[in-house]
Amino acid sequence: MKIIILGCGKVGTVLAEQLILEGHDITVVDRNEKVLRNLCARLDIMGVTGNSAMLDTLIEAGVREADIMMAVTDSDEINMLSCLIAKKEGHCQTVARVRDPEYEKELNYLQNEMNLGLVINPDKMAAHEIIRLLNFPSALQIETFAKGQVDMIKMRLNADSPLCNVALSDLSKHITSNVLIACVERGDEVLIPSGKTVLLEGDAISFIASAREAVTFCKECKLEYAPIRNAFIVGGGKEGYYIASSLQNNHSKCDVKIVEIDEERCKFLSDAFPDVTVIHGDGTNRNLLLEEGVSGAEAFIALTGNDEENIIMSMLNKGATPKTVHNITKIDYLDPVHFVNNPAVGSVVCSKKIVADAVVRFVRALEQSSDANMEKLYTIANGRAEAAEFLVYDEPELVGIPFSKMNLKENTLVAAIIRKKEMIRPTGSDCMKSGDRVIIITSNSGLRDLRDILR
Amino acid sequence: MNYKIVSYILGTALKLEAIALLIPTIIAACYGEDSWWALLITAGIAAVLGFVLGNKKFKEGRYYAREGYAATALAWIILPTVGCIPFILSGTIPNFVDALFETASGFTTTGSSVLTEIEHLGKGLIFWRSFIHWLGGMGILVFILAILPLSGGFHMHLMKAESPGPNVSKLVPKVKETAKVLYLIYAAMTVLCILTLLISGMDLFDAVCIGVGTAGTGGFSIRNSGMADYSVVSQACITVWMILFGVNFNVYYFIIRKRFKEAVCCEEARFYLIAIVLMTAAITLNVYFNNYREEGLFTAFHNSFFMVGSLITSTGFGTVDTNTWPLFSKVLMILCMTMGACAGSTGGGFKVSRIMLLLKEAKKEFLLLTHPNAVKTVKFEGKAIEHGTMRSLTNYLIIYILIFIVSIVVLSFDKINFLEAFSATLATINNIGPGFGIVGTFGNYSSLSVVSKIMLTFNMIAGRLELLPILMLFYPKTWAKHY
Repeated sequence: MKIIILGCGKVGTVLAEQLILEGHDITVVDRNEKVLRNLCARLDIMGVTGNSAMLDTLIEAGVREADIMMAVTDSDEINMLSCLIAKKEGHCQTVARVRDPEYEKELNYLQNEMNLGLVINPDKMAAHEIIRLLNFPSALQIETFAKGQVDMIKMRLNADSPLCNVALSDLSKHITSNVLIACVERGDEVLIPSGKTVLLEGDAISFIASAREAVTFCKECKLEYAPIRNAFIVGGGKEGYYIASSLQNNHSKCDVKIVEIDEERCKFLSDAFPDVTVIHGDGTNRNLLLEEGVSGAEAFIALTGNDEENIIMSMLNKGATPKTVHNITKIDYLDPVHFVNNPAVGSVVCSKKIVADAVVRFVRALEQSSDANMEKLYTIANGRAEAAEFLVYDEPELVGIPFSKMNLKENTLVAAIIRKKEMIRPTGSDCMKSGDRVIIITSNSGLRDLRDILR
Repeated sequence: MNYKIVSYILGTALKLEAIALLIPTIIAACYGEDSWWALLITAGIAAVLGFVLGNKKFKEGRYYAREGYAATALAWIILPTVGCIPFILSGTIPNFVDALFETASGFTTTGSSVLTEIEHLGKGLIFWRSFIHWLGGMGILVFILAILPLSGGFHMHLMKAESPGPNVSKLVPKVKETAKVLYLIYAAMTVLCILTLLISGMDLFDAVCIGVGTAGTGGFSIRNSGMADYSVVSQACITVWMILFGVNFNVYYFIIRKRFKEAVCCEEARFYLIAIVLMTAAITLNVYFNNYREEGLFTAFHNSFFMVGSLITSTGFGTVDTNTWPLFSKVLMILCMTMGACAGSTGGGFKVSRIMLLLKEAKKEFLLLTHPNAVKTVKFEGKAIEHGTMRSLTNYLIIYILIFIVSIVVLSFDKINFLEAFSATLATINNIGPGFGIVGTFGNYSSLSVVSKIMLTFNMIAGRLELLPILMLFYPKTWAKHY
């Protein structure tokens, strides 16, 4: 597909990196020639220098022939304007990054009236991710499938976990809950487990279960599960805003505290959230945090605009406050690969990765729009494995054949079947039916169609 | 230096050469010439070397610009070295240095020859000599890029190293697709060129050889008499096609994509065409009054047009002996030879765009003298030229002049006059072919000494790759395993 990306900041760069792996033809537009040149020297893409809201620039970038245009410059207005021009001038699908909370309420109007294919708001997406993590402490990462009926939860096995040194075929002897281990990350390795796989201490396991089963499973594995009562947020930026508003709406019992360095912003936040304690101060000042009771916080969320500060704060806090169940670190600029799964940092939320996932999913869906049966796609273990949800149609190669007789590709796992709101953990004798939703886990990349699971 | 990727690319280039060698082998066999086995053995050697070098499995390691430049430079040394073997084996050019000179001249689309008797070679070798013009014209590595499944921004460096011009840009987002588009345009234009030559009355073998030679802006003639034997119509066709192959290929891409406005707005192509018109007019008048009073104005125009087209595109075909032309015409022809064709074409030379940039920069200097605090950006093709491009351009000019001086000094030991030494250097470094005096249109380079021939061979390869990639091979840090 021919894709134009406007703006090569951190989101534009990660989009280009991801989409080039998928084999698309990519043209990047930016005002800054230097940034553009560096990116073009690294990736096999074409660069166009210019103002991305100008028709001339867009035509030079090939908007008339493009299939998708993604406007991810730092200005919401330019993004929307560019998308409007692209719609008038070409026949492409448009994706716009709109991140100002003020536009948030009008998003539906904008999306419908301007016919945007996808609106991405990295801050809001990151905030949602953090909220999901808060709802499930001790999880490293949570993805939801089948409209929230099924979760895929990643957690690390501690030394006292009953699952250590257990082969997966013997799993049912140790626990009663109906879960499936979908993916095991051990060091740098990613395993799509079989019955013979033995779990070890320190593995990060991703399991798939319905929301109810997940709770029992966590209890059985002696993993903590309790909704948090208070959250301590450092950095009152856009993510902080979305998290505070979400925690206020859903968790009336949750006590939220925000530390923000900018006084004007503090005033704005206290205006917007009367119940939230807003503290004006520097979050890297340890004394201030202690004074404000960080040692009693169940969740500590580092959300400043500086990755290094976030990481250092999380590490300090992780060591000093045993009560904190949840330590969440936002990373924007650095490569999250080096920090995910690092016990010293805790959970890592990387908005550019979340955005890239969403966009790749959108592009793949467009690509096979004739029989678009992929509903969701997540990359797990930093893109080394994928989890995808499909809606099963009447396909003779797939429907009605027991899994034991299917010739599945290596490193591919049918992790769950959701039939009439029930999650079925597939065994060899099960088969898919039309109308089912299935979740596929694979470490082969490029899964686009359900038929791709067959050899 | 990541040696594995370099060796992999060299291996692929050699495999490609082995395949290319099969075509003249078949032609030689068809005409019942003895040289077919020489060509076949060389194809075998190239294939074996290709498999030895190319079969090292390289992991997707890290490789950057330096590997791209080194691979390109080495490929351009190895390919002529292997490609000259048939001339030695068949005994037509027994001397290695002569054979290497001839083959390097072919690959670099120079067209300088050491042969006094061309027709002795036989059709197979004559075709091979012309065919390597075609391969070298657009670039062998560009062809590899079009077919090889490599990933990453790395290949852009291969393309930059091999494609002529100060600013190499892509036509479409992917290098692979860009290379394919370029080769498609190139191949289609070559076929059209051969067809027009056939229609103009040339026989098939001549049309194919001259056609591929014109497409690559090479310039090996296939008869002892050069182009003089062909009809005026054929010569006119060749002139037009030479000029067309000297235009920036971006223009053709824009025309195919129906972006006529952009095609017409190409500053470089306009400057190039205007230069051709002015030069032709001046030389026509000059030679009409001095040489062609009896033959008439049309003959004067025809020969001037052919020579301007031939020299400005760095092809180097000849219809008449320009040694008899007056000095003013010779000087104008030297100017044509110096400037060369457009960047992004198959032509050689200093490139029209470089000349234009230097002129614009010089004009800016005058503005800065009168208004010391003025801020002025130099614009080319509607885009501001950044400082880095200008800097590397002036450095290129300095290196160009340095090599030029070294070459003239080396040639001065030979028994030739200054014009011959100067024009031989200019003709090889700009990939043109003929110079003046004994190396003129109907002369050749056979009487030069071995040292001079080696120097000129170096000039040709360095000139084809725009100097820097070849010189990089002599820079010790290029070869450091860890950097």
